[in-house]
Amino acid sequence: MEDTYTILQVIARSWGAMFMLLVFLSVILFTLRPGSRKIHRDTANIPFRYDDKPAPAEAPDMTRQFKEARQ
Amino acid sequence: MLDYVKLLILGVVVVCAAIAANYARDVAYLIHMIIIMLTAAGVFIWQLRRTGEPAVPVPTHEYMDGPIRAAAIATAFWGVVGFLVGVVIAFQLAFPVLNFDWAQGYLNFGRLRPLHTSAVIFAFGGNALLAGSFYIVQRTSAARMWGGGLTWFVFWGYQFFIVLAATGYVLGSTSGHEYAEPEWYVDLWLTVVWVAFLLVFLGTLLKRKEPHIYVANWFLLSFIVTVAMLHVVNNLQIPVSIFGSESVLVFGGVQAAMTQWWYGHNAVGFFLTAGFLGLMYYFIPKQAERPVYSYKLSIIHFWALIFLYIWAGPHHLHYTALPDWASTLGMVFSVVLWMPSWGGMINGLMTLSGAWDKLRTDPILRMMVTSVAFYGMSTFEGPMMSIRAVNSLSHYTDWTIGHVHSGALGWNGMITFGMLYYLFPKLWNRERLYSLRLVSWHYWLATIGIVLYAASMWVTGIMEGLMWREVDAQGFLVNSFADTVEAKFPMYVVRGVGGLMFLTGALIMAYNLWMTVRKGPARADAPATVPAE
Repeated sequence: MEDTYTILQVIARSWGAMFMLLVFLSVILFTLRPGSRKIHRDTANIPFRYDDKPAPAEAPDMTRQFKEARQ
Repeated sequence: MLDYVKLLILGVVVVCAAIAANYARDVAYLIHMIIIMLTAAGVFIWQLRRTGEPAVPVPTHEYMDGPIRAAAIATAFWGVVGFLVGVVIAFQLAFPVLNFDWAQGYLNFGRLRPLHTSAVIFAFGGNALLAGSFYIVQRTSAARMWGGGLTWFVFWGYQFFIVLAATGYVLGSTSGHEYAEPEWYVDLWLTVVWVAFLLVFLGTLLKRKEPHIYVANWFLLSFIVTVAMLHVVNNLQIPVSIFGSESVLVFGGVQAAMTQWWYGHNAVGFFLTAGFLGLMYYFIPKQAERPVYSYKLSIIHFWALIFLYIWAGPHHLHYTALPDWASTLGMVFSVVLWMPSWGGMINGLMTLSGAWDKLRTDPILRMMVTSVAFYGMSTFEGPMMSIRAVNSLSHYTDWTIGHVHSGALGWNGMITFGMLYYLFPKLWNRERLYSLRLVSWHYWLATIGIVLYAASMWVTGIMEGLMWREVDAQGFLVNSFADTVEAKFPMYVVRGVGGLMFLTGALIMAYNLWMTVRKGPARADAPATVPAE
């Protein structure tokens, strides 16, 4: 039985590092996925809406907008 | 019901603080307990007068701007205080006679230095982040703050933390960890406040009306979460007595050093970088009136920054007992970090593409752009200084101090000033600022002040590093430490003058903001109901 330090550092430098790298690369690939441009353009314009007042309570729930649009 | 629970808790706190003050083992603890007792008693009376009164209906169709106004005022106030203490200690280094005999043990350099660093980072920067995150998360979620009065608790709780920390430093209550000096009970209080901060921020995000979470909120959320983690791990300490401020850290030796600089560097990375990038990604597009240059780049900037920053801490411990592999790891990640940093800088600057002409007429935008330029410069300088060979020259010299200040004054200071100039007319329903001429004065005083500061620190830092390693033909060191101190005198005076210019600019800003609220013309299209909160 090896000491905890050795066990942990062996896991960290092999599977741990690989896991982090893969998560990082998938995040970047997901960001660059085809079709994301429209969503990103809309999201980038969020600061220019609702500057003075929150969205009214009776307004349609905007969080569903994109799911509907894609149907 | 809740009101009675609050009264009960406050009453218990008053009694416990009084008992603790009676048994206090040191002066700092005694004074802190008296401060806690008086504050809790005051809040008790305030709460008592409200209990049983008819509840005021909460306006749900308005943003909660009260805590933002308070935090914006606190930012300007603590900024001026922090810069003033900085100027004092700069001249104390140049003219040691300013460490007055009558104030030894209270107002000498050693006591004032943590007061300065904490006042500018946590009081000035922290309040700017509170104001910015409350403002941004509401506007980009199209929702009012979640949690009712909890946001006010975060604001006042944070100010109370600042007061305890600042009085503690002057009275000598310190755990001796850079940027984490407050002792155990102050740390516990900050943890409570920080959890409340996380709750109100997350709660507002969860009830958002926008389909997506704007990128500024990602940066702000990562700042809140990571600072909580850093703060808790680096302050795992056991008090010697519950009636004294002394405590012992659970780590020892090289583990303690590594944890401290994992904390220290990520305080820079997540408090002063990620948090302020959140401000940049909102206020630069707003001031330039155009969306961020590339939203995709901003997402990649975010993920690259948080994946890399957390590993960079060991570069503070080159040539120490730290294993070589750890300091090499820190160095490599610091150099790699240069790329996302510059990606973010380019994204911020290019947001102005097609609107560069605004720089001629808008001194606020000029301030924000200068801040992004300083972000780029100090994130180039930092990786360079983390390389082991460069660090062997730069470490322990004034070059480090110059690097810190080009980042803190240039990047954090300037973006905060830009934010305050944007926020004050907005929050007080004013058409515009009182005077744009004064903004220009502030801009030039601050910029020239930073240039004087950074340039003098480069000269004295490199000179100092070279003098320390100079050996004669027999291999003996040529210079004594006192020789380097003497040689640094002119640069210390220049540094003090630079700081004085920066402070003058901040005072001009405070006057300008005050007059904006007092005398600024009201906004023509102001919302009909002026918020009464």
